[in-house]
Amino acid sequence: MAAAETPVINVAARASLWMRPHRIALILIALVIILASIFLMRWDWLPTYLPLALQGIWRTIWLLVVTSALGIALAIPLGLAQVIGPPILSVPAKVFCTVIRGTPLLLQLWLLYFGLGSLFPQFPWIRESFLWPILRQAWPYAVLSLTISYAGYEGEIMRGAFAGVPKGQLEAARAFGMSRWKMFRRVWLPQAIHRALPTLAGETVLQLKATPLVATITMVDIYAVASRVRQDLFVTYEPLLLLALVYMAITGILVFGFRRLEARIPNRLG
Amino acid sequence: MARPACYIIGAASTRKSRGHKLSDVLATIFGASSLELLSFQPPNGRGLSLLHGLANSVGIAFGSFGVGLVIGIGGAYGKLYGGPVVRDLLEVYTTVVRAVPELVLILLLYFAGTDLINQLLTALGHAAIDINGVVAGIGVLGVVQGAYSTEVLRGAILGIPQGQIEAARAYGMPPGLLLRRITLPAMLPFAIPGLANLWLIATKDTALLAIVGVNELTQTTRTAAGATKAYFTFFMAADALYLVLTLVSNVVIGRVERWARRGMPSIAGSH
Repeated sequence: MAAAETPVINVAARASLWMRPHRIALILIALVIILASIFLMRWDWLPTYLPLALQGIWRTIWLLVVTSALGIALAIPLGLAQVIGPPILSVPAKVFCTVIRGTPLLLQLWLLYFGLGSLFPQFPWIRESFLWPILRQAWPYAVLSLTISYAGYEGEIMRGAFAGVPKGQLEAARAFGMSRWKMFRRVWLPQAIHRALPTLAGETVLQLKATPLVATITMVDIYAVASRVRQDLFVTYEPLLLLALVYMAITGILVFGFRRLEARIPNRLG
Repeated sequence: MARPACYIIGAASTRKSRGHKLSDVLATIFGASSLELLSFQPPNGRGLSLLHGLANSVGIAFGSFGVGLVIGIGGAYGKLYGGPVVRDLLEVYTTVVRAVPELVLILLLYFAGTDLINQLLTALGHAAIDINGVVAGIGVLGVVQGAYSTEVLRGAILGIPQGQIEAARAYGMPPGLLLRRITLPAMLPFAIPGLANLWLIATKDTALLAIVGVNELTQTTRTAAGATKAYFTFFMAADALYLVLTLVSNVVIGRVERWARRGMPSIAGSH
């Protein structure tokens, strides 16, 4: 993982960091453990389940990207409503964020899937509508609840980010004769997102770690594939270890990507 | 159009002829006898089992938070003052635990932990035991919490003016006394926001233990909802219980923070 992050310039410095005697010993021990687990554990199921696993990884990433994007789109008005909204907007936004952040995601997911899922069939006009084939599947509920959860946490962060943009910036924008919308688009929003970006990275990793919950409502992501291997073949640890590896790899890519994104925004210390 | 709702609920069908739309819709959502289902009378009411689940959840959250604190203090000390090997191992621990979903960790640790204990017991000539779900939950979540609180406490210890620790050492204080008298009380104000977050995460992470069948609030809710088919009612009730737990925690945390920061300048302009 570290090799991918190494910039060209200080390879030598990094290399010497890794080449300290105790590190070499630890790396050797890790290698022995990895080799032992490759040769001593059962991996013969891997080729059979590989297509399903790849599909599961794709579905996990798809879910992460879609719900994060929708969640941010929802979080911006939520944050804004709490900062400058009239009470009729800011109070519901605050209540929404408190409720979402105060209850477990698993329960929200089950409330939507089992609760709404058991409710919808009782209304004939829903059953007869064109949406019914979609509403009968699990993924809309997964997307909805993960989006709401992300929006709840991120809305609170955006509130802080919007409030943290110095007043002088907004006054300067107004002095230039910018309209409210232009001021928001060119000054307020970019600076707020810049402020929120480090937290956003952490929240997105948390969102990735929340995605396996959708397996409990029959969506087949990578976690569900691992569970299926466990139930089909009674191998417990191998799929779980592989699963941990997959999530660590995705986390690594996410953290790396966000770091690149942050580096692209010019940052001047005052 | 409200008729099929009554048809399914059954108990509400006596008032079908009146045809109040709103009340029928409400009856559909919450079930006709939802309040009865939440009461404490055993045959139908399942309020008692929900409360029992809540008590288990709070117990697991307390236990795992405590285990996490102990691991965290040790881990923070190891990361700050330990040798190179200890530091690297702790780095691996915190990185792995924070990068892998709690659900996967819970399964791994739950299976591996119970397996290991039973193998140990059979190797020592005892019979294998069925490990109590609550105890297993505390252990598993404690390991997860430990990784996070290691980082929180490490940062908090670094926040102490280091001269205080040096002064204590210069007085010849042994490490245990130093920890008890200087480091822990001095780092508390810096650690409390992070630890408060961890406590809230702990209360909500207990819900994940439902996956391995530990009898906490989410699991009892699922059982009750599945048996009565009143999914909406029970999940709403459990949500409300979790929310109350969070809100009460917030009040207590505010008190504790004020106590820990006593004598320190107030943070002006926050919020």
